[in-house]
Amino acid sequence: MNTRDDAVLEARDVTIRYGEQAAVKNVNLSIYEKKITAIIGPSGCGKSTLLRSLNRMNDFIEHVTQDGEILYRNTNLYGEGVDPVEVRLHMGMVFQRPNPFPKSIFRNVAWGPTINGLPGDINLRVERALKQAALWNEVKDRLNDSALNLSGGQQQRLCIARALAMEPEVILMDEPCSALDPVSTSRIEDLLFELKQNYTIVIVTHNMQQASRVSDYTAFMENGSLIEYGDTDQVFTRPKQKRTEDYVTGRFG
Amino acid sequence: MNTMTLLTTSKYRWGEAILRQLFFLCALISVLTTVIVIGILAVETSSFFQQVSITDFLFGTEWRPMLEPKAYGILPLLGGTMLIVVGSSIVALPVGLACAVYLSEYASDRARNIIKPVLEVLAGIPTVVYGYFAISFVTPGLRFVFDDVQIFNAASAAIVVGIMVLPMVASLCDDALRSVPLSLREGAYSVGATSYEVTARVVVPAALSGIFAAFVLAVSRAIGETMAVTLAAGATPNLTLNPLESIQTMTAYIVQVSLGDTPSGGLAYKTLFAVASVLFTITLVMNLLANKVMRKYQEVYE
Repeated sequence: MNTRDDAVLEARDVTIRYGEQAAVKNVNLSIYEKKITAIIGPSGCGKSTLLRSLNRMNDFIEHVTQDGEILYRNTNLYGEGVDPVEVRLHMGMVFQRPNPFPKSIFRNVAWGPTINGLPGDINLRVERALKQAALWNEVKDRLNDSALNLSGGQQQRLCIARALAMEPEVILMDEPCSALDPVSTSRIEDLLFELKQNYTIVIVTHNMQQASRVSDYTAFMENGSLIEYGDTDQVFTRPKQKRTEDYVTGRFG
Repeated sequence: MNTMTLLTTSKYRWGEAILRQLFFLCALISVLTTVIVIGILAVETSSFFQQVSITDFLFGTEWRPMLEPKAYGILPLLGGTMLIVVGSSIVALPVGLACAVYLSEYASDRARNIIKPVLEVLAGIPTVVYGYFAISFVTPGLRFVFDDVQIFNAASAAIVVGIMVLPMVASLCDDALRSVPLSLREGAYSVGATSYEVTARVVVPAALSGIFAAFVLAVSRAIGETMAVTLAAGATPNLTLNPLESIQTMTAYIVQVSLGDTPSGGLAYKTLFAVASVLFTITLVMNLLANKVMRKYQEVYE
């Protein structure tokens, strides 16, 4: 796919290695504004590693090296002088397992904006984020309760609210429903459609139905390589690559 | 029919039975020792309290069991112990926690592999060596800095006791910090926190009960520490807040009486058990507290 004006993020020749082992091989990929891009592929194909490179989360893993560029509106996130903390203000993240802080519901959402000194009334900001994450009605009367008392699905929506409160441009989601039951999963999928109006979303999933339901674009990875990338419809109904077809029709993986 | 044959020919395994009895005996010995120690303490202590009132003992400010006029107030010894506890805590708790934070949050694998063994060596040094180190090195240092430092003083002993418990504090706090899941750190980084903010405002608070338990165990160990304080802090029961004076701790008193020629059975001899009971009660309570706190923090993350 060629570079378009509405590309928010562009991976160019990205190779990521754990020690000697390449987990992501020479990937080129564009992420488009206010769209949902799904990255699918079998376990260990490098999809999470690629996602984590978009907000420099791999910085914390020892012995990880990366080649190539990740352009965020034409700035290389791995360029000299780029502050990784700054990067993460633009790219929010939701993780595989809900990971709320052992603090109150309110402070979970308020913490990021507070330490970064974001402007405006913090109470309004928390309320807005919780409403966007479709959690407000369930927790508005107990904002000072510990977040650890919430159910798994609620905790994950709290983590989404925590990301939203920072008002990032992009939200990266690493298999956000893999630890949730079907009801919680469908709530989060509904939420994604709402969020698309304001945010650019990249979601890693091993659930192909989920990818086909929620995303506009789909990238299929295998063994660290990007095999195919295109409109979700096209990837699932008329894949150009044999291997993509085998995977989306369930012949392997 | 076959089953019947199997059942009737099944043998009694003598080896198993003997081993089981042996293991049971070993377990019994440790429990029995504890029971006997507590029993002796209780008996001797109660016979001490038949001659000295509990109020005089607990609230008296003079400790003079050998000289006339005799006095049996434990406060000077308790105060001496507390001076050591506070002083050593000032050294060991902040430095130990900082060391643990460095090890768990900042150190590379390589640095960790060097520092951890060094800490373990520090923990293995015999306490009498620490006492000698206090007299020959710390006390002269203190006398160089301050004017009126006595040869035997609480500060010197407190400093080496602090160094002594430092590895334990560092190691236990390190365990507590490392038990905080990585995902929590990642969550914090993902909202734009710096590593200092992640450490100070997410990881340390999440590990707080483990850290607290480490502190309690350290204090408990400082209370029971004997050799270094006997050598360096002196043998002067002295109710004071001045760490530069000579004092005597509960443990040092027990050493002094045990080594001297106090006739057994006399009142002076029985003070040993009264003091030991107080010591035992304090450390027992501290250890129970640490246990309770530790269990609570294990429940939070599993």
